[in-house]
Amino acid sequence: MMPMENPLLIIKDLHVSYKTDDGVIYAINGLDLVLNKGETLGLVGETGAGKTTTALSILKLLPERIGSIDSGTIQFHDERLDNAPEAKMRLIRGSQISMIFQDPMTCLNPVLTIGDQIAEVLESHCPPGTKAAEIQRKVDEIMTMVGLPPDRKEEYPHQFSGGMKQRVDIAIALACEPELLLADEPTTALDVTIQAQVLDLMRGLKDKLGTSMLLITHDLGVVAETCDRVAIIYAGEIIETGEVDDIFYLEDHHPYTKGLFGSIPSMNEKMKRLNPIAGLMPDPSIKYVGCPFADRCPHKMAICETQKPQPVVTNGHMIKCHLFSSKPAGDNK
Amino acid sequence: MFKFILKRLLLMIPVIIGISFVIFAIVSLTPGDPAQLILGADADPVLLQAKREEFGLNDNFFMRYIKYITGVFRGDFGKSYRTGLPVLGELLLRLPHTTIIALGGIGLSVVVGVPLGMISAIKQYSFIDYFARTLALLLTAIPVFWLGLLMLLFFVLKLRWFPATGTGSWRNYVLPVVALAASATATQTRTTRSAMLEAIRQDYVRTARAKGISEPKIMFKHVLKNSILPVITIAGMNVGVQMGGTVVIENVFNIPGMGNMLINSVRVKDIPMIVSTIIMVAFFIGVMNLIVDIIYTFVDPRLKTQYVTVKKKKDQPLIPAQEKI
Repeated sequence: MMPMENPLLIIKDLHVSYKTDDGVIYAINGLDLVLNKGETLGLVGETGAGKTTTALSILKLLPERIGSIDSGTIQFHDERLDNAPEAKMRLIRGSQISMIFQDPMTCLNPVLTIGDQIAEVLESHCPPGTKAAEIQRKVDEIMTMVGLPPDRKEEYPHQFSGGMKQRVDIAIALACEPELLLADEPTTALDVTIQAQVLDLMRGLKDKLGTSMLLITHDLGVVAETCDRVAIIYAGEIIETGEVDDIFYLEDHHPYTKGLFGSIPSMNEKMKRLNPIAGLMPDPSIKYVGCPFADRCPHKMAICETQKPQPVVTNGHMIKCHLFSSKPAGDNK
Repeated sequence: MFKFILKRLLLMIPVIIGISFVIFAIVSLTPGDPAQLILGADADPVLLQAKREEFGLNDNFFMRYIKYITGVFRGDFGKSYRTGLPVLGELLLRLPHTTIIALGGIGLSVVVGVPLGMISAIKQYSFIDYFARTLALLLTAIPVFWLGLLMLLFFVLKLRWFPATGTGSWRNYVLPVVALAASATATQTRTTRSAMLEAIRQDYVRTARAKGISEPKIMFKHVLKNSILPVITIAGMNVGVQMGGTVVIENVFNIPGMGNMLINSVRVKDIPMIVSTIIMVAFFIGVMNLIVDIIYTFVDPRLKTQYVTVKKKKDQPLIPAQEKI
């Protein structure tokens, strides 16, 4: 891993599971992640890899009675979040760490006005005795900042378009100027032109407020455009992480990362078919031994079935694969 | 909004015509002669014929119905076969008792059922949740007349807390209202519980939690406001059930309400009385439904747009900027 300049969030060996009626689902299996101050980290992986679960674990918003952090630590500044009491988490949520959710259509309350929903965060985290007028002024300010006319704050979510609702979500998330922003696929539900607007907006606000961001996505284009570092998540583990340039331009990669890039249509070369990664992610209800990607890996070796690969780090570029643990990294297979 | 209310009130007219026709047909075309029923089995045929002439029973069925219904729209509900008095006066005399019991039942079921359902949902799988669910099951299963009789036995005969019959004071109404409210309370509890649980699982509640809002505020502001719609719907639907229940409960407690009168009228096929009572009940239910629909628009802003005149929107810019709702 890269020398930690100024880590804001450190997740170590996190295990999260969902206990459902049909059995236990192991969603996160030993996830390590470091996010530095002021940095944007892209968390990339396919559906079901544990991206959203990671974000929810940080805020401790896993579904009640079902999801739980089984082991591992989440450290924010010098504080442990994984075992923090609910009362303390409540103070952190929305003020120090906030989250933008995936679907702007459903994550706003349909019966409350937009202004009310933005004001609520401020009310919950402003020092007691803050005047209502002051809060309203701040609401206007934040709405202007995300490009919404403040005079629409008396309106309800159904009167807004999808892109505008996402702006409302961003406004809510940024209202208290948090240190860490967890953005869970903030652009997935939006069309491409609005996506670009929203990303621009988020980048601009992030720079302005000095917020660190964990950007969850499966869109590598979004990553290339926005992130400083990238972490590739597979079956609840980080299998590769590095600077954006490492991931996009270096030769050495985890076979899964290669597979991900293989499934992007190229604009330069003539390509008849995409190369999707064959197979599916391992069944999350079974704890696997060895490498989780082994079954789908084109370079599978005997050891992959039996032993978990250890992270191999070269200049801050980490790969968790037996291909690289056997020989010195940097050597192309 | 005014236009909407007027439209709904006008729509009630065909409903009332339909209902009254069906009831009128059922009572008129089933065997049994009102004149005979009133005068007795061994009455003088001459008197019987005179009575039939007086009631207009010798006319064609359709003619009788048209005569009756045109009278209704002029405010003349006819004369009771049994007492000979105008039906309307009789009805208005009895309406207050029934209204008190029915609305009391609704009120009690809401006041008890909604909070119970809320607690049940917030503390899902707790002792109080199981308690509330079991209670709801019991209350639905117990027939209203049996509950009424048991209450009579226990509170009136044994404890002597309440008078058995009559309408003198508020104490007369306590037992009928409680008995009537029982099953409505059960549905209210269950509906509130499931509506709350549904709302709790929504994304916007997760958003609210992610904002760091306190749990009680999430429940009352975010969850309750969203789950109140089905709660109101059930309360409105219970009005109809309660009106039906009054027929039974008024007989158990011998309260001179419309339900009691309806039973007596059916016994002697007092056609104008029966049909008029039904019309009254139908009107009452219709008005309650209208009130429920109006309440909807205050609770859910998405519904309001359907009723508020849209004229305002037309001369607005593409992105409405100053619309205040």
